[in-house]
Parts: sequence; structure tokens; C-alpha cells
Amino acid sequence: MKINILAFGIAKDIFGGSTISVELANDASVYNLKYSLEQQYPRLKKLATYMIAVNNEYALPEDTIYETDEIAIIPPVSGG
Amino acid sequence: MLPESGGIDVFIGTVRNATKGKTVLRLEFEAYEKMAIAEMEKIAAQALAKWPVQKLLIYHRTGVLAVGEVPVIIAVSAAHRDAAFEACRYVIDTLKQTVPIWKKEIFEDGEVWVAAHP
Repeated sequence: MKINILAFGIAKDIFGGSTISVELANDASVYNLKYSLEQQYPRLKKLATYMIAVNNEYALPEDTIYETDEIAIIPPVSGG
Repeated sequence: MLPESGGIDVFIGTVRNATKGKTVLRLEFEAYEKMAIAEMEKIAAQALAKWPVQKLLIYHRTGVLAVGEVPVIIAVSAAHRDAAFEACRYVIDTLKQTVPIWKKEIFEDGEVWVAAHP
């Protein structure tokens, strides 16, 4: 399935844009997504940490991803 | 402010001119707006559940901010100051950990996304 990933902060620089699309297996999990992102964008591994949000909620690695989900990569936040 | 309010604790964050001795020219903030608002609402609900708070405000700006400008304001009113101080501190501390907002520091010789790298 094709998934669009919204990117913010330094992730936008790493991806070279605010949205990228990724091809994933139909029953892929957040863990699978992180793995394939890190293959394509090794710089992600140098970040202090990063999260994945699914439909505006922080996701767990074992959460399943569906084609209709809104997915975003959340590099370390620095509001305030 | 309610007539029952005995105190209001306000935290106003301001853009400072230096980080670790390096001159900061400006800050650039961006947010994943929908989720940022959702996370702020969660933090407010947690504070309201934990302390006898009467009113609570969370304000955060995005875009380019010059030195001295205000990116964030937290205001909490309560019958007594303990609750106001503790809840206000909780809200700003938690906001900095969970709300998907990012700031880039612009220096004379480059720019850095805060907290991105270890």
C-alpha cells in the first residue's frame, strides 16, 4: 500500500520536503514503517529520537498502519 | 478570572538572544497544528484533574520570532497559589515534552533544530 508521511522540523530537511510517500506491506506496523524509513533515510538514525503519529496520536511500534491513516513523523519536539 | 480566584500564575516565554554563549538572531517555530492542539488539550485536562484549577490558558505562536518576542504563554487561576504555581509549571514542562511544535535557532553562522540531535 502507498502511505503519505507528513514531515516537520528536521525530518523535513532529511526528507527534502514536507510530505513523502512510502510503499508498505498491507499489514505493516509502525515498526515496519520506521525500519523502511531508516533504510531510505539513514540520517534519521542520528536523531536523538523520533516518534510516529497516527491520526494525530503518538503510535506504538506494534500499532498497525491502514491506508486511510494520517501518518506523521515527529522528530524531537522543542516548543515553549 | 472568577470571584473565587485567589491567584493567577502566568508564565511568559520570551526569545533570548543567546544559547550556550552563541548569539541567536531569531527563532522559527512550526507546529503539526491539529495534533499540537490535541496534545495541549490533553495537558490542560490533566492539570485540571490534578489540581483545583479554575481557569487555564495555553498560548503558543508559530512563525518567525525576533529576540524578545513571546512564543508561549501559560496562565492558571486557582483559589490558592500552590495549585496555580504547580499547575502552571506542569503545563509548560509537559508542553515542552509532548506538544508537536519545533523551533529552529538561527545563529550568525548557521541554524539548528533544537533538541534534534543528542
